[in-house]
Amino acid sequence: MRVQARFFAAYRELTGASGAEVDLPEGATVADLIDTLRERGPSFSVLPARPAVAVNLEYAPPETELSDGDEVAFIPPVAGG
Amino acid sequence: MPYAEITADPLDPARVLARVGSPEDGAVLLFLGTVRNHADGRSVSGMQYEGYEEMALEVLRRIAEEASERFATPNLAVTHRLGALEIGEVSVVVAVSSPHRAEAYGASRYVMEEIKRRLPVWKKEFYVEGAAEWVRGTVPPADGSPAPHSGAGDP
Repeated sequence: MRVQARFFAAYRELTGASGAEVDLPEGATVADLIDTLRERGPSFSVLPARPAVAVNLEYAPPETELSDGDEVAFIPPVAGG
Repeated sequence: MPYAEITADPLDPARVLARVGSPEDGAVLLFLGTVRNHADGRSVSGMQYEGYEEMALEVLRRIAEEASERFATPNLAVTHRLGALEIGEVSVVVAVSSPHRAEAYGASRYVMEEIKRRLPVWKKEFYVEGAAEWVRGTVPPADGSPAPHSGAGDP
């Protein structure tokens, strides 16, 4: 399956990318996606090991299972207001 | 029904205020968040707000609904600004009305505290000296749930 990763704010600047497509085996979790990305190379290994993540616009813990077509956003510490 | 909006346009507090109030309400409360000219002893020249817009709108709606339910204040409106803001510009507006003041204060406070905890919005501070940095934020809860303490127990 293929998921769409998105990076915002500090994470976008760290990785130099606003997004990335990632192929994962069936049954992969949010944690698997993060690990896969971090192993991809220096631009992604700068991401924290367990960042906050949202799957399809909802915050999701690392054990959340992913499905084909999911949008997975990496959420830096928030600073609204 | 509470109202929530995320926008790149300048905020007009009077328009947000106009969304609340009713003949049954004896208290109307308006909160504005504005860009200040200093942070940790440094002079700030402006602020860039960035959001995960689709999600931020969902989260802001949920926060507004939670506040309305917890404090029994359906007359509540909140708007959050994105983009480049100058010193003194309004970044967030919360308006709420209620029969008595305690509920309005509680709901307004709840909305702001939850925005700080979990709204997917970030801001970069630009300093007078020339540098710019992302404001150190709050790690949102992994499941996005509201804070246990910010309930209706202390309106």
